[in-house]
Amino acid sequence: MGRYTKHPFWQSLAVVVVSYALIRWGIAYLPGLVGITSAPVPASVVLQYTAIVLVGVLVWVSDNEERWTRFKEPIHAALVEPDKKVVRMSMMAVVPLLVAFATFNNVRPTISAPASLRSIHPAPPTQITFRGETIVLEGLENPLREPDLEEAAFELGKELYYQNCMPCHGDYLNAGGHYAPGFNPTPLELRGSSTIAQLTESFVFWRIAKGGPGLPREGGPWNSAMPVWEDFLTADEIWAVTLFLYDQAGIAPRTWEEEGIEE
Amino acid sequence: MIQDRSWAGAGRWLLSAVVALAAGLLLAETLVAQAYVPPDYGADFPVIGSRAAVWIVAQVHLMFAAFVLGVPMFAVIAEAIALFGGEDRYDRLAKEFTRLLLVAYSATALLGGLFVFLLTTLYPALWSYLSEVFRISMWMYAGIFFAESATLYMYYYGWDQWKKGRAKLGHWGLGLLLNVWGTIALLIANSWLTFMMSPPGDLTPDTSPATVQFWSAFANATWMPINVHRLIANAVFGGAIVAAYAAYRFLKAKSDEERAHYDWMGYVGNMIAIGVFLVLPFAGYYLGREIYEFNQQMGVTMMGGFMSWLWIIQAFLIGVLFLAGNYYLWIGLGRIPGGERFAPYTKWMLLVLVVGVIVWATPHTMIADRAELAAMGGTFHPFLQPLGVMSAKNTAVNLMILTTFLSFLLYRRANKNPTVSWARTGTLSQGIVLLVCALVVLFYGIAGYFVPAIVRIGFSVYQVLAVLFTIIAVLVLDILIARGAESRGDIRWGRMPPRSQYALFVLVVTFTWLMGLMGFARSGIRQHWHVYEIVQDTSAYAATPALGYAAQIISASVVIFFLMLAFVFWIGGMIAKPALVPAAADAAAAEPVPGGSPGRSGSGADRGGGLEPGLEPLPGT
Repeated sequence: MGRYTKHPFWQSLAVVVVSYALIRWGIAYLPGLVGITSAPVPASVVLQYTAIVLVGVLVWVSDNEERWTRFKEPIHAALVEPDKKVVRMSMMAVVPLLVAFATFNNVRPTISAPASLRSIHPAPPTQITFRGETIVLEGLENPLREPDLEEAAFELGKELYYQNCMPCHGDYLNAGGHYAPGFNPTPLELRGSSTIAQLTESFVFWRIAKGGPGLPREGGPWNSAMPVWEDFLTADEIWAVTLFLYDQAGIAPRTWEEEGIEE
Repeated sequence: MIQDRSWAGAGRWLLSAVVALAAGLLLAETLVAQAYVPPDYGADFPVIGSRAAVWIVAQVHLMFAAFVLGVPMFAVIAEAIALFGGEDRYDRLAKEFTRLLLVAYSATALLGGLFVFLLTTLYPALWSYLSEVFRISMWMYAGIFFAESATLYMYYYGWDQWKKGRAKLGHWGLGLLLNVWGTIALLIANSWLTFMMSPPGDLTPDTSPATVQFWSAFANATWMPINVHRLIANAVFGGAIVAAYAAYRFLKAKSDEERAHYDWMGYVGNMIAIGVFLVLPFAGYYLGREIYEFNQQMGVTMMGGFMSWLWIIQAFLIGVLFLAGNYYLWIGLGRIPGGERFAPYTKWMLLVLVVGVIVWATPHTMIADRAELAAMGGTFHPFLQPLGVMSAKNTAVNLMILTTFLSFLLYRRANKNPTVSWARTGTLSQGIVLLVCALVVLFYGIAGYFVPAIVRIGFSVYQVLAVLFTIIAVLVLDILIARGAESRGDIRWGRMPPRSQYALFVLVVTFTWLMGLMGFARSGIRQHWHVYEIVQDTSAYAATPALGYAAQIISASVVIFFLMLAFVFWIGGMIAKPALVPAAADAAAAEPVPGGSPGRSGSGADRGGGLEPGLEPLPGT
């Protein structure tokens, strides 16, 4: 057994197989054992991670002359040594079969749409037309964030959120509304550090006002069922909802001062 | 009388004819002048279309421009090491590269000319607009090339003429001057392309280009960040090209001396490329910030919108650079006596690099089909999504930079046996500084998840400062520890396996690919504008190209560049090959040759009718 566990070829093979298993199934199911939510990893990311691991393994086996020589031994033996004829023949059968299987899997007809690149942060326009009035988004702050307006705005935003947004985005802002399971992809989760926490309030205002149909042409086709709330709510009402969202999520909106780049 | 009348009649006819002709010409000219309106766009370029034609030629021209700006930086540093440090082999190295410059310079100029012709014939209105704004700098640009060409010729052909004393110092001054001209040319050309990205705020689509203030157009918002980024990147590219050339020669070498020489050259090129590359992300960050500051829409398109996928590809490619650079150093430990004692550590450094690349290349929004999206419950992966944001990526890249620095440190230390009394304490201190730095980077990376975005951006600055401080402090300590150190043996130059040289090829190809890829990101964020929000692209190619199409064009440009570069290397090798062993070179330089001036090789013994000073033919050339 030690002959195999200490040999670089078998060690490399073990690292690749174990890594693949961890990426393919470990990430999906192991966090659940300690109560952390996870899900199966998309095939594109499995391929990406496995390729990186494979490159790492090849670097390791070949960055040392002795290790590289030992790594090649079993491959060389399987290809030329007379007593390895069975292994050789088996490989000649198995390798084409694996290639054929992979090819079949790639070309067989399926009912699912192909995977698509999706931009989650569409670029906002510099200005928009809201009910016939031009609003410059760049540098724009929430006009209701004033000491004497904020409380009333919060109450208004809360009421509007429960009337209009909660069925999809959920009571807990976690995309867990009653209608949410009917959409694919599901509505955006508004909590956490990676959605509205990354955005200025004017960005959120624009997204609510213009909805899915108002997404920019670049980066399309989009896949959003968000209504155009400009048709139903006034500008102040949308600002009130924005204010409520940040308050409920317990996060501060991104500010304009010394603005930098983010993902 | 009859005769007089006939003459008078003829005169009248002639007069009438002249008047009619003049009137006809005037009318024709008026008609033509009224009818002819210069088109916005010329006839489409055959097969690949106008956009692709201009794109490919501009891209390959830019790659050659980076070569002819980057390699002189390399040459002048190498010559300085020879001049002030007394190592002659660096002088030969500098000269060998300047020789390649002569050929590459012509290619750059030809491609530049072709680029201008394509612009004037395919995009006449845009060219007219830009030349109206920048005419003065365009004349200066052409003038700079006269000065640069003259300096390059004097620098190369005067190498052996001015090789001693003050004359050598003057020669080195010419090298510096060559870099000055190159940098001025870079600054001028950068102003044109950055103007297209970030024109001055007071410009509107109705502003006549003749009224645009030259300096405000020239020194626009993104001009200086691009200058800084490109200057650093050119130095990196110069080093990588040198390393690739050395690898090519190493693989073709027929003697141990040749292999030793080109192994050493590859090592120097790689050191410069990777060493300077470590600061390039900071310059890129500065450029990104300025783009965001100039226009939020541009910034978001680049970092979070349509172009954000390019950053995932970039992460992959930079991961390849880190892995290839470290791989080359680790294999190199095998040719250093004492290097074997560090070999067991490389697997842990590799682990950090692999995990770093995985984190860096994790997309925030994953490529997924509908079933996978449904399984994830949205567009983000619930467990992996924290790796998709900048806190994780900044942490990963800083740890990768630290790891690469550690590889370099082990490489430096490999054949040394420190003799200073505090060597052990010093080494321990180096370890502690590195460890504390890694913890600081990790701390700010994790803390970034719990603070507003504006604070998080500040954290990345702390991470960078910690890494820069560590690199400087640990390197200074290392230099002090190495003072008076005993040698465990000389580096066995040339004792490298051929596969190590392919790592150098991977480096230069990856750098070139990255230039094309991220150049597309920078240029593509203008979307359907030639000059952002001033001159609209109304051609059939106004739409931003799909990523797949862009990848094909960029890859085609990279292939064309390397085919041309292979030609340059080949031609460079054909002229003559340098003496590789210092002793032989000195002997060749000193030996009087019949029919030639002292120090010159014989005429007719070589293919070109005369080798250059200090050069001698090698077997099989």
